Amino acid sequence: MKKFLIIVLFFNLSNTHAYSIEPQKFVQSTVNKASQVLSKNISKEEKMNGLKIIAKETVDITGIGFYSLGSARKNLDDTQKRVYFDLFEKYFLKSFSSRLSEYTNPKIEVKGEKVLNRNYTIVNSVLVSTSERPEVKIDWRIYTKNPDNPLIRDLIIEGLSLARTQKEEFASILNSNDSDIKTLFKTLENFAKN
Amino acid sequence: MFKKLTITIIYIFLLAFHANAGSDGELALKKDQPEKIKDCFENLNRATFAFNQGLDKALIKPIAKGYKNLPDPIQRGTSNAARNLSNLITIPNNILQGDVKTAIINTGRLVVNTTVGLLGTIDVANKMGFPKYEKEDYGQTLGAWGVGPGCYLVLPVLGPSTIRDTAGSFVNVMGGDPGYNVSVHGNNEFLGEGVFIVSKALSGIDFRSNNLDSFDNLEKNSIDFYASLRSLYLQDRENKIKNNQRGRIQVIYEDEEDWEEIDNK
Repeated sequence: MKKFLIIVLFFNLSNTHAYSIEPQKFVQSTVNKASQVLSKNISKEEKMNGLKIIAKETVDITGIGFYSLGSARKNLDDTQKRVYFDLFEKYFLKSFSSRLSEYTNPKIEVKGEKVLNRNYTIVNSVLVSTSERPEVKIDWRIYTKNPDNPLIRDLIIEGLSLARTQKEEFASILNSNDSDIKTLFKTLENFAKN
Repeated sequence: MFKKLTITIIYIFLLAFHANAGSDGELALKKDQPEKIKDCFENLNRATFAFNQGLDKALIKPIAKGYKNLPDPIQRGTSNAARNLSNLITIPNNILQGDVKTAIINTGRLVVNTTVGLLGTIDVANKMGFPKYEKEDYGQTLGAWGVGPGCYLVLPVLGPSTIRDTAGSFVNVMGGDPGYNVSVHGNNEFLGEGVFIVSKALSGIDFRSNNLDSFDNLEKNSIDFYASLRSLYLQDRENKIKNNQRGRIQVIYEDEEDWEEIDNK
């Protein structure tokens, strides 16, 4: 009985350890899932829906939402935060899935990774070239604070950060409208609807 | 004077469109110290941007689409030749930035591709295993010397730039581009300014044709296309000035207090 308990305990412990997901494998698995969706013979809308499901599981949408707001996040009350996150998620998922759905059967190869610190690892990959376009370097900034549940926080395409671009877009809208958060809400809402 | 202006305009177009574009006027781009690039003329820049968009839709994009339908070898040859010619500006800038070794490599590349590679249409140097080619220009050199970017600018026809990058483009027609010097002031029967202008225009069309889908995609998925392009242009210039290569990607996040604050919530 004692032996049995020890084996069970050991099994549990090693299983817990196995749940810690390596960022490289996480990215490759995410990419494979996305490739499967994109290579299916289904409508663009169905592809976008498939990509949205993957994004919900693998992207830190809340974190990116906070980041994109910049310093404006400090001025939101709880109700505004709720409205914002609802709109942001819709906007983000549409934007993300729409960008990717243009590609049919993209081949992404993970090349390596660099651990920046306990919270972040950069995974390097390339979008393999085709006759239509050259090779594209894509780096993934993976948030690893919880190693069991790594999340994507940024894509850096040929050195250009999408999160930073998005943050500056949001700031531009706020700056052009006297920092009126409602204008940003309206813009996000319109984007998600159209 | 008009000729010089036309050529300068083409230069800036190429420089501007060889990146993508922009910031919110508060974008912090750093060299050693954090530095903010302001969009001092935002209203005017946005108006110019709208004009450029119209021009792109009416003229540049249709030409680029037509070019895209040409046979692959023609496109590849044009692209290679344009890259090969850009060595004429890259090499002096390698030297000005103190990178003599790369200047020697690029000189070798230029000689090999211009001769064996049939005026640069075939990238023989690449096949021989030369290191990857990185373009340099006078705006990058000024940046590497510590000259700040100044305000963000959108130039008519030419697109995104900064005061520094625009000044860098003027250096080309002030004697900084050997290709310009030989063809426009060289007084020879083989090269005239027409050849020079056509070569630069082709280079621009080649770039636009290679980015038809990515520009469309970006425009469709941006809530403020002007700000997106501004951000991308300024990020790209920052990377080029710092010669950021993969493996140094973490510099993007230096002094990035926002994430730290979010993580601590």
